[in-house]
Amino acid sequence: MRRFALIAVPYLWLLVLFLVPFIIVLKISLSDIALAIPPYTPTLDLSAGWEGLRAFFAALDLENFWFLTTDDLYWKAYLSSLQIAALSTLLALLVGYPIAYGMAQAPDEWRPTLMMLVILPFWTSFLIRVYSWMGILSKEGFLNQFLLWTGLVSEPLEILNTNTAVYIGIVYTYLPFMILPIYAALEKLDSALLEAAEDLGCSRITAFWLITVPLSKSGIIAGCFLVFIPALGEFVIPALLGGSDTLMIGKVLWEEFFSNRDWPVASAVAVILLMILIVPIILFQRNEQKQREAEGP
Amino acid sequence: MRRFSWFNATSLTLGFAFLYLPMIILVIFSFNSSQLVTVWAGFSTKWYGELFQNEAFLDAAWVTLKVAFVSSTLAAVLGTMAAYVLVRGGRFMGRTLFSGMIYAPLVMPEVITGLSLLLLFIGIGLDRGILTIVLAHTTFSMCYVSVVVSSRLVSFDRSLEEAALDLGCSPMDAFRLVTLPIIAPAVISGWLLAFTLSLDDLVIASFTAGPSATTLPIKIWSSIRLGVSPEINALSTILISIVTVGVISASLASKSAAVRREREMRAAERAEA
Repeated sequence: MRRFALIAVPYLWLLVLFLVPFIIVLKISLSDIALAIPPYTPTLDLSAGWEGLRAFFAALDLENFWFLTTDDLYWKAYLSSLQIAALSTLLALLVGYPIAYGMAQAPDEWRPTLMMLVILPFWTSFLIRVYSWMGILSKEGFLNQFLLWTGLVSEPLEILNTNTAVYIGIVYTYLPFMILPIYAALEKLDSALLEAAEDLGCSRITAFWLITVPLSKSGIIAGCFLVFIPALGEFVIPALLGGSDTLMIGKVLWEEFFSNRDWPVASAVAVILLMILIVPIILFQRNEQKQREAEGP
Repeated sequence: MRRFSWFNATSLTLGFAFLYLPMIILVIFSFNSSQLVTVWAGFSTKWYGELFQNEAFLDAAWVTLKVAFVSSTLAAVLGTMAAYVLVRGGRFMGRTLFSGMIYAPLVMPEVITGLSLLLLFIGIGLDRGILTIVLAHTTFSMCYVSVVVSSRLVSFDRSLEEAALDLGCSPMDAFRLVTLPIIAPAVISGWLLAFTLSLDDLVIASFTAGPSATTLPIKIWSSIRLGVSPEINALSTILISIVTVGVISASLASKSAAVRREREMRAAERAEA
C-alpha cells in the first residue's frame, strides 16, 4: 500500500500536469479558431454523451497543419531556427573546446576554481545574462565605442537586433553546457597516451587530432546536443537581441499565441517543433546510453 | 607539477573574459549617475535608491520568492519520491512512461511547456495566479531534482539499507534513518536547483501567470523590452552578487567538508593501527 502511494503521487502529478496538457495541445492543434472564450472550437461537451463525443472527433482536422505549409513564414521560421541553432552550436564548440582543454590541462589546485567559474554563470539569471549584451552591442554600446576607439571601424556597426547578436547570445548563455561535458571527457584522458604518441614521433598537433579529439568525442557530442536542443526552441534571445527579421520558431509560437491569439495555430507550431526535436533528443539519449555502457562495470 | 602552457593560459583568459566581461560591465554601470547607460558620468548609488522605492518591483520580488520557495520544496519532495521509485521501485505497470515523463520536461522547449500548461489551466477553469505558477514550476523542477537525486541513489551502497532492514527497521525507518541522510546532499542541491530555476523562469511564468500575479522576471522583461535601463542594472547587480556569494560559500563549505572528512578518515586509520 505504501509502495503504491509512493509510485502513485509523482506518477499522477506528471500525468495530470505534463502528459494531459500535452494531449490538449495536440487536440487544439486539430481544432478551429473561434471568436469565443476559449478561442477555439470544438470544445468537449461531456454532457452530450456519446453523440457529443462523435461530433467532437468529427470536427477535428489537419487544417492548421495545412495552413502551416501554405504560409512561407512557418517554413522559413523552422529552417532559420535550425540554421541558427546549428551555427551557434558550432561556434559554441569552437569557443568552448579550448576552454575545456585549458581546464583539463590546468594544475590540479586550479581546477576547482576554474570549475566554479564555469558553473557560476549557470546559476545567474538567464534573462540578466542576455540583457547584459544589450548594452554592449547597441549602436552607442561598448563594443562600438571600443572599435571606434581602436580605429578598426569608422562608423558604429549595426549588431544589436541582427542575427549576429542572436548567435553571440546563444553561444554566451549556453557555453557552460558545452564546456562541462567536454571537460569531463578530457579530464579522464590518460596523458600517457599522448606521451607515447610523441615518443613514437607524432607532433603535438597530430597527436591532438589523432588522440585527444577522438577520445573526447562523446563529450563533444553531448555538449553539442545540450546547446542545440534548447537553442532550437529559444524565445528570449531572439526576442531581446534579434531584429524584427530574425525568424525563430519559439518567437513565432509566442506571437501566434499572445499577439494573434490564434491558439490552434500556436498549438500546431508546437507539435511540429516537437516532431523536429525528437530526432536530436533520441540521438542524444543514444550517445548518453553508449557512454554509460562504456563506463559500466 | 603541471603549469599553464602559454596556449592554455591564453584560451582560459579569453574564455573567462567572454563569460564575465558582460556581467562586470553591467555591475559597473549600475553605479553610473547618468541616465545614459553607456556613458560614464560619475559614481552614484541613486538607481539602487529608486529601485527600492519602486513598489512594483518589490511586490514582484516577493511573489517570486514565495513561488520559488513553495515550488522548490514541493519539487524536492516529489522529485525525491520519483527518483526513489525509478531507482528502487522495481517493476511496475507503466514504468517506461514514468521515466519518459521524468526526462521529457528536461528537453522540452519552455514555450511548449508553458503553452500546454496554460491550455490545461484554462481547460479545467483554474484561475491563473500564484497557484498556477507554483504548479507549473513544481512540474518541471521536480524532474531536475529527480535526476540529481537518482544519480546519488544509484551510486550508494544498497547493503546499508539492507542491513537496517535485517536489524529490524521498518522500510519507512530504514528510509528515514539510513537512506535520507545519505542522499540529503543531493536533495539539498536539487532543492537549490529547483529554487534557482523558479527564480529565473520567464517563459513558463509568462504563460501561466495571470494579471493578478507578476513575477520578477516578467517585470524585468517588460521593462527591458524597451531598452537598457539603469534601474534594471542595479537590480541585476543585486541578483548577481547574491548568486556569487551563494556559489562561493557553497563551494568553500563543500571544500571544508571534504577536508574534515579526510582528516576523520586519517584519524580512524591511525586509531585502527
